Amino acid sequence: MSRFSVGGMIELEGLTKRYGEKVAVNNLTFTVRPGIVTGFLGPNGAGKSTTMRMVLGLDHPTVGDVRIDGKHYDQLKDPLTYIGALLEAKAWHGGRSAFNHLLCLAQSNGIPRSRVRQVLETVGLTAVAKKKTKGFSMGMGQRLGIAGALLGDPRILMFDEPVNGLDPEGIHWIRNLMKSLAAQGRTVFVSSHLMSEMALTADHLVVIGQGRLLADTSMADFIERNSRSYVRIRTPQRERLLDVLHTAGTTAVESGDGTLEVDGSKAEQIGELAARHGIVLHELSPQQASLEEAFMQLTAESVEYHAHADTPRREQRQVQQSWGNEWRRS
Amino acid sequence: MAATQVVRSEWTKIRSVASTVWTLSLAVVVTIALGMLISGLSANEFDNMSERDRLSFDPTFISFAGMSLGQLALIVFGVLVVSNEYSTGMIRTSLAAVPRRGTFLASKIAVATGLALVVGLATSFVTFFLGQAMLGEHRAEIGDPGVLRAVIGGGLYMALIAMFSMGVAAMLRSPMLSLGILMPFFFLVSNILGNVSATEKIGRYLPDQAGSKIMQVVTPVDDETPYGPWGGLGIMVLWVIAALVGGYVTLRKRDA
Repeated sequence: MSRFSVGGMIELEGLTKRYGEKVAVNNLTFTVRPGIVTGFLGPNGAGKSTTMRMVLGLDHPTVGDVRIDGKHYDQLKDPLTYIGALLEAKAWHGGRSAFNHLLCLAQSNGIPRSRVRQVLETVGLTAVAKKKTKGFSMGMGQRLGIAGALLGDPRILMFDEPVNGLDPEGIHWIRNLMKSLAAQGRTVFVSSHLMSEMALTADHLVVIGQGRLLADTSMADFIERNSRSYVRIRTPQRERLLDVLHTAGTTAVESGDGTLEVDGSKAEQIGELAARHGIVLHELSPQQASLEEAFMQLTAESVEYHAHADTPRREQRQVQQSWGNEWRRS
Repeated sequence: MAATQVVRSEWTKIRSVASTVWTLSLAVVVTIALGMLISGLSANEFDNMSERDRLSFDPTFISFAGMSLGQLALIVFGVLVVSNEYSTGMIRTSLAAVPRRGTFLASKIAVATGLALVVGLATSFVTFFLGQAMLGEHRAEIGDPGVLRAVIGGGLYMALIAMFSMGVAAMLRSPMLSLGILMPFFFLVSNILGNVSATEKIGRYLPDQAGSKIMQVVTPVDDETPYGPWGGLGIMVLWVIAALVGGYVTLRKRDA
């Protein structure tokens, strides 16, 4: 049973933010629900941080609306007890100690002082609680930001690129933290520009590019649709091979450039089958469409800052493959 | 959201950064030390003064001479209290915790002004008594007509200068820009405008010139200032209100 039976919804409706001519967020409509981790995915500059700032009422939407449980952010009484947020970069005074930073936040929302010690313990900063935050490493800074988000024990948590700057141990910790928060029935809304990261943590996926909504789907659906593995075959004896495959109960699909694609079979099996029937094969290669590739394809047209065109294509693909495979291994 | 919560939070903020301590201590030390120095020099100078200057001799006002420099430290205090939020990125955290921007700004200004007032009043009294001690036989007594008003007025003046700086900083956001405008204005521009006869009439309506009238006990000979001590402080209060309204409108309208 979840701890929170009602509430915890973030609803965006036609949310739009323009800076002069430039449209940073373009007519976004979607709902973030409790009990799951919702990944907010998009290339750098897609408008993720701007959207999150509008959720918190920091930036004013040009058009549209965003509500938390039906209310505007500034209508929430003690907002930190409804929604806790980790914002991008550091958002505190470096001359103040971690303890005092959290204490002033707690006091403004009527949260007891004892809770400050509790969250410092949770994020593992107790030992440096009295130290000025300007000496903090990036990872410690992220932990302090997360402590601030947890402070009000809110039912909604919003993290903007939380794994940035964390070491592997820290990344592992934040992944588990997000999952356990969602398992408690809370709403977890987390942004990232890395598909592989989302594949590991998110149950639901909202993809944006250049401020526009590109996908709003469950992670399972996204994987099913986008991560198929298949065998690609080229042969001068297409008809015969198709017959043989058909007899063996395997369906082959003809792809555009005259090759055949077979889903769900091993290349070895097809090779042996072809050899038994004396069919010549010019190509027999196992293929895998990675999630990262699917994401790149989805956002390709909307990527604002393209890498240089002369970057070796193959290298890119290899990197993508290994990223895409990561979610399978773990 | 209860305003008392936000006030408590702003108090934690202001007491937990080093700049509060050093700006306020600097204001205290400079005001008192310079006031004593000038009081001492004036006492020595008295015998050589013309009859006219002797008639205008204002021992109370002389002991507050250090405020012309001490106020600069208070300006830094006021500017940093507000603009540090922006320069450090804290403003995003602060407004996420207190989304009612009016409540946020009012609490911050109330806390900082309260602190400046306490420090200002203490400084004012100490400056007066030490300055009078330096003036020796030419000194004024706290019981003399208008003197207590001037001494309390000195504290009010310091608090108002800090408030004015906070309003300007809320409009401009950047600490460097705010200081770059306020410091030369109060240290140079205002003095020049107030002492050149062509601009004197305008100069006397500037916040510091008008406000410092409250610290005057003896009206100088041939003085044509059209307002009294409280009138002058009133003019300063109008400037402060204008700056704070400007700051509030900016905070209200702009993205954090």
